[in-house]
Amino acid sequence: MNPHLLYVVAAYGISALVLAALAWWILADQRARRREMAALEAAGVRRRSDARGPGK
Amino acid sequence: MSDTAAVRPARWTDLANPTRFIALADRLVPWLAALSALVLALGLWLAFAAPEDYQQGMTVRIMYIHVPFAWLAMMCYSIMAMSSLGTLVWRHPLADVSVKAAAPIGAIFTLLSLVTGSIWGKPMWGTWWVWDARLTSVFVLFLMYLGLIALTRALDDPGKAAKAAAVVTLVGFVNIPIIKFSVDWWNTLHQPASVIRLDGPTIHPTMLWPLLTCAAGFTLLFVTLHLMAMRTEILRRRVSAMRRMAARAADVKEAGETGR
Repeated sequence: MNPHLLYVVAAYGISALVLAALAWWILADQRARRREMAALEAAGVRRRSDARGPGK
Repeated sequence: MSDTAAVRPARWTDLANPTRFIALADRLVPWLAALSALVLALGLWLAFAAPEDYQQGMTVRIMYIHVPFAWLAMMCYSIMAMSSLGTLVWRHPLADVSVKAAAPIGAIFTLLSLVTGSIWGKPMWGTWWVWDARLTSVFVLFLMYLGLIALTRALDDPGKAAKAAAVVTLVGFVNIPIIKFSVDWWNTLHQPASVIRLDGPTIHPTMLWPLLTCAAGFTLLFVTLHLMAMRTEILRRRVSAMRRMAARAADVKEAGETGR
């Protein structure tokens, strides 16, 4: 076995893990904010720009 | 006002409107994600099909990810610096959203360029780390990213944090040319540029093309993640604005009821 194989595998493995964690974090943040927004809308809270909507 | 907006043809400045930005991001993100996966898969396949280096042997394969990570670390900071101009000159809220969303992504790419470089350095240089100008200046870039992550999240009012973060980002931009030219200005263990140089690339095409494909793939990945993070940041600000409005409305209602 090539003695340098371990270094190459480590570099690619760590990069894949870290990038996957970054993508997961961004997706989790997105899901959480969308849930909050949906809950606010369900509670009838409107944005200022929606003031002309059915609320007023 | 809404009438003129409906008649007026779509222009790129419409992106300045967060709602339109979200609509555009919604349309682009799935395509960009698929495209980055495709280009990255092709790039990595090319990287492992490329010949081994006569001196570096198989460790040269680390270069196909190390170099794109380092490029992106600098590109991300340059995007943040341009966005900071947008914050300071035009006071544009999306510009600050861009800075805040990009900082963690830039930090990750900088960290990965340091880690993969270190893993390559051990078998090739015989050491994990040296304090030469290139490695040190990239390490400083990493610290600056960490500082900006803290700064953009330190204040509850995004408007106040935006100005401070923009000034710090622009001051820190001086480090980018230092990183780029450190290998020419000082005697570094890190090798000088071999792709972006005035007399053209000095890498053999069998290695240059896999490298460029990987770089394109990781750049697409960066753009996808940045768009997603910006979209989420706009949503976060809307949620907090709506909560404030709801709280105020509840206050007014309560005051009205007790006053009666």
